[in-house]
Formats: sequence, C-alpha cells, structure tokens
Amino acid sequence: MAVAADPPILALRGVSKRFGAVRALTRVDLDLQAGEVVALVGDNGAGKSTLIKSVAGIHPFDEGEVRFDGEPVRITHPKDAADLGIEVVYQDLALADNLDVVQNMYLGRERHKALGVLDEESMERSARETMTALAVTTLGSVRQVVAGLSGGQRQSVAVAKAVMWNSRVVILDEPTAALGVAQTHQVLQLVRRLGDRGLAVLLVSHNLHDVFEVADRIAVLRLGQKVADLRADATSQQEVVEAITAGELADAAGTEVDAS
Amino acid sequence: MAAPTRDREPRQADAAPSRAPAWTARARRTVRDPAFWADWTVVVALIVLVVVFASLSDVFLTAGNVESILVASSILVVLAIGQTAVVATAGIDLSLGSILTVSSVVLGWAHAGGMGIAVACLLCVATGLLAGTINGLVVARGKITDFIVTLGMLSVAYGAALVISDGRPVRVQDQFLLTLTTGSLGPLRYNVALAALVAVLGHVVLFHTRFGTHLLATGGAPEAARAAGVDVARVKIAVYAISGLMGAIGGILLTARVGAAEPTTATTLLLNSVAAVVLGGVSLFGGRGSILGPVAGALLLTALINGLTLLAVSQFWQPIAVGLVVIVSALMMRFRR
Repeated sequence: MAVAADPPILALRGVSKRFGAVRALTRVDLDLQAGEVVALVGDNGAGKSTLIKSVAGIHPFDEGEVRFDGEPVRITHPKDAADLGIEVVYQDLALADNLDVVQNMYLGRERHKALGVLDEESMERSARETMTALAVTTLGSVRQVVAGLSGGQRQSVAVAKAVMWNSRVVILDEPTAALGVAQTHQVLQLVRRLGDRGLAVLLVSHNLHDVFEVADRIAVLRLGQKVADLRADATSQQEVVEAITAGELADAAGTEVDAS
Repeated sequence: MAAPTRDREPRQADAAPSRAPAWTARARRTVRDPAFWADWTVVVALIVLVVVFASLSDVFLTAGNVESILVASSILVVLAIGQTAVVATAGIDLSLGSILTVSSVVLGWAHAGGMGIAVACLLCVATGLLAGTINGLVVARGKITDFIVTLGMLSVAYGAALVISDGRPVRVQDQFLLTLTTGSLGPLRYNVALAALVAVLGHVVLFHTRFGTHLLATGGAPEAARAAGVDVARVKIAVYAISGLMGAIGGILLTARVGAAEPTTATTLLLNSVAAVVLGGVSLFGGRGSILGPVAGALLLTALINGLTLLAVSQFWQPIAVGLVVIVSALMMRFRR
C-alpha cells in the first residue's frame, strides 16, 4: 500500500475554524486522492459547509495546514482555490439564473478579445465540448437561459462549469438535494465519471443512499470534529448513522458548540 | 404548425381560409399571448402613440417635427442609459438629475472663468464621474442602501450647484456648444448622433463584454457572481460612475441647448429617466434589461409630450399623461415570462 503512494492532491491537517465563540471546526484531518470520490457526511451544523467554504477560500481556516500536491498552500480568496484547481459546486448559489449556459460556465473567467469584447464562438464551442465529454446529453442549446432548465440540467451545468478549468479537486455541496429519482441518478453518474476521469471529488451529502451509490470513502463530521473515516465497501449505513449521531469526540469541548 | 387540424376537415367553402399561410394562425396565437405584449410593450406603445398622434395632427410625422422629437429626447436617452446600468445591478440612481445640474453649473463656472471650452467640458465630465464614484463607493463599500445614498447625493449635488453658481444661471456662449446643438452629421444633428453613439456603445458593453456579463450577474445573482470570482463591489462602483458620466454628458447637452448653465432641479429628467428604464422593460430587481428598451422608452416619453403639445393640450396635463403611461406599462410587464 505505502509503496510509492502518491501524496493526496489535497490534504487538510488539523484545520480549525471559529466564528466568535462558536467552534465550527476543530482539528480536522482529511485527504483527497486523485480518482477517489470521498463523501463528507454529518448532521446539520456538523461543520460540512464551513469546511468546504474554507477550502474554497471564502473564509479561510484559522489554524492547521492545507497541502496541495504535498506542498503547504494558503487559500484566502476564491481565486487562490481556483488557481490551484479546486472548484466548488454550491448547492443553491452555483448559477446565475438570468444568464445563459455559456455565460454561466465562463462567469468570472470569460475569454475575450481586444477591449474586453467577448470571444463568444470559442466559449460556446468549448462549453459544448465539455458537455459532450461529460456525456451530458439532456441539455439542448448551450445558449438557453439557466432559469428555464430542470434541476438535473442545472446541476449538470454547474458540474461541467467546475471541471472545465483543468480542475483537479471538485467539491459538490448537496448536488442532489432538490432532485427527483431519475435526475438524482443522472447527477450521481456524472459525479462517478468525475472520479473515473482522475479528479479528486468531495461529495457533501445528507443522503446516505446517494453516498453509498458513488463514494469510495466516507468521512463523518460531528460537532465540528471528524469522528470516522471509512471505506464505503467495508462499512454499512448502520455504522455511518451511528458515527453521525454518536461518534466519539476526541475533544470534549465540542459539546459547547452551537453551530447552527 | 396549426394547419393540419384544419386540413383534417376539408370543406369547399373553407378552401380559401385553409390555404391561408400558417403565419396567420401563429400571429393570432402570438397576439393573444399576454407575454408577447409584455416583452414588446414599449415598441408597441411607441407605434400606437405615433399612429394616434399622426392621425390627429398633420405636423406630427413631418421631418421637422420628427427631428425635434429626436433632438428633445437626446438628453433623456443618455440619462436613461446611465440609469439602466445602475438598475440592471438592482440599484437606482436618484441623484442623476442633480449630477446633471451640478456638472452643467461647473461647465458654466469654468467657461465664465475664462477657461477654454475643452477644459470646461473636462471639468464637467470629471464632476459627474466624481459624484457617481462617491455614490458607488458608499453603496458598495459602505453597504448603504442605494436609495438613501443617491437621495443624499441628490441634495448634495443640487446644493453644490447652488453654491457654485450663487443661485444664478450663467450664460455660456460658445461656438463648440452651438455646433453641438445646431450642426448636423449627415441627416443627424450632432446631439442626436452623440446619443445614438452612447446607445450603441452601451449595447456593446452590456451584451458583448466581460464587464456587461459581470454587470448582469451582479444584478441577477450577486451570490453566484461572487462565488464565481466577480468583484461585485467594483461592478457597483463602476455602474454609479457610468451613471454620473452620463449625467455629465447630459449636462453638456443641456447647457449647449439652453445656451446657459442653470442651477435648477432637474427632477423631471430624473423621473423620466427612471420611467424610460421601466418602460424599456429593465427589471427593477436587476439582472435583466436592454439598451434598446430604455432608448425606445425615452423616445416614447418625448413623443408623448411633443404630441400633446401639438394637440394644444395644456402642459399641466403632461405629467399626468407621463405617469399614467409608466404605470400602465409597468402593469403589462407583470405578464413577462
């Protein structure tokens, strides 16, 4: 196992985050390997959102170390994360409803010619190519406004947007939260394909059924601490549920946490 | 598309209507769809207005009168484009009229002080940009509601105009300004050409540049924009600066037309700029809009006032007509998809 194992693409070492008196995360370790889908589960307020927002540079960790390809890095702004190749697909604020698919996929990173005039053709072409590469076939025109898309289509666009930038780590926040059965399946398949393409995928989810369908590994947060890190094929829903609700806390101070 | 249903029951008597092209059926369906009227409110209203006034007045559609409508609308067109930039980010600039006034007064003051017209115009533009940038900084960095900030600026800019001018209008006699308002570029008067140029630039910037996309994203989905790395605060500062710039250009055009810089409240221009934007289908919630719409809205309001004047309707009725048109068209917008 340890023979010439690549370092994880992203490694968190003892990261913590407070908001005033609230300890949202306490000394969490987490590794993300290339080609691996890791599920991050936990009850409401367990610190899942805080963790991904810190990795994304929205509010940096207070303590601990973040390593990328084995090198220590500092991520203090969303741009830092993007420059490293870390992309986050947020649950509800992933897309601008009033813009079309191409505009959304390139938002903030538009290709342009002289004087900031957009290079529409080339953006449209690569958007279509990305969709094809990810086998997203349900979408019609890439020039339609996102407001008119179904929930599954929206998630597909958000995911495609995340992987278009030669990204190496993709973090998905509850990608199936508001979806029906068929669309959930479609999005989970897409998540699996990301792993198969060699990306490191972190899937945040409430739904253990979804988690067991795609994840290789399951990390459990409880009250801001990591209480379990299990291989999906060597555990059971029962065990994961126990960890979520009653996992043993290393740091008793966690009980005073009120991360709502 | 609707033709087959008819073809299934062919009757001799129906031969002629059934041969009617499919577009009539489509047109009938379109005409009955409220969303169609909502999307094209301003254009439809403009056409209706032109038809009504043309039938009531022989003068209305003459070349001379059309030209005077275009000339009269040029200031409002420029202001409406500035207001559009702000409204598309879900803000509003209530100080636009006062910025026009203070920019105009600065122009007059500089000109009266013996500075060249070029310097005077530059100072005028700088004044508008400064006032707009202050608006933007307080809204974006100070996180104060746009309504309050620009209401404050409305008062400050108007007061500054009174202080600088000592409350008196300043005559501005200058060949450049005279040419701007009376000279022609081909069939277009210079001031109309300038407004048209601003409109074209506005359209290109809004729909074909990074900045335009970021502007629409900021207005429609600020959270998504921020998450995508768009500097939302900078976009907001920029749109208020643009609005201030448009106020200054409006100030130059007004000074040229009147031949003087007057420290009067330009409340009507402000209200009409908002009205033109609403008429033009720009969503007050941000993220949705065009340049063509507000330009058509500005033309509509100007044509309305022009037509009423031609029909010898007392000018006291004109604000009532403008207000009603705005409210009715806002009601129609509700049917938008």
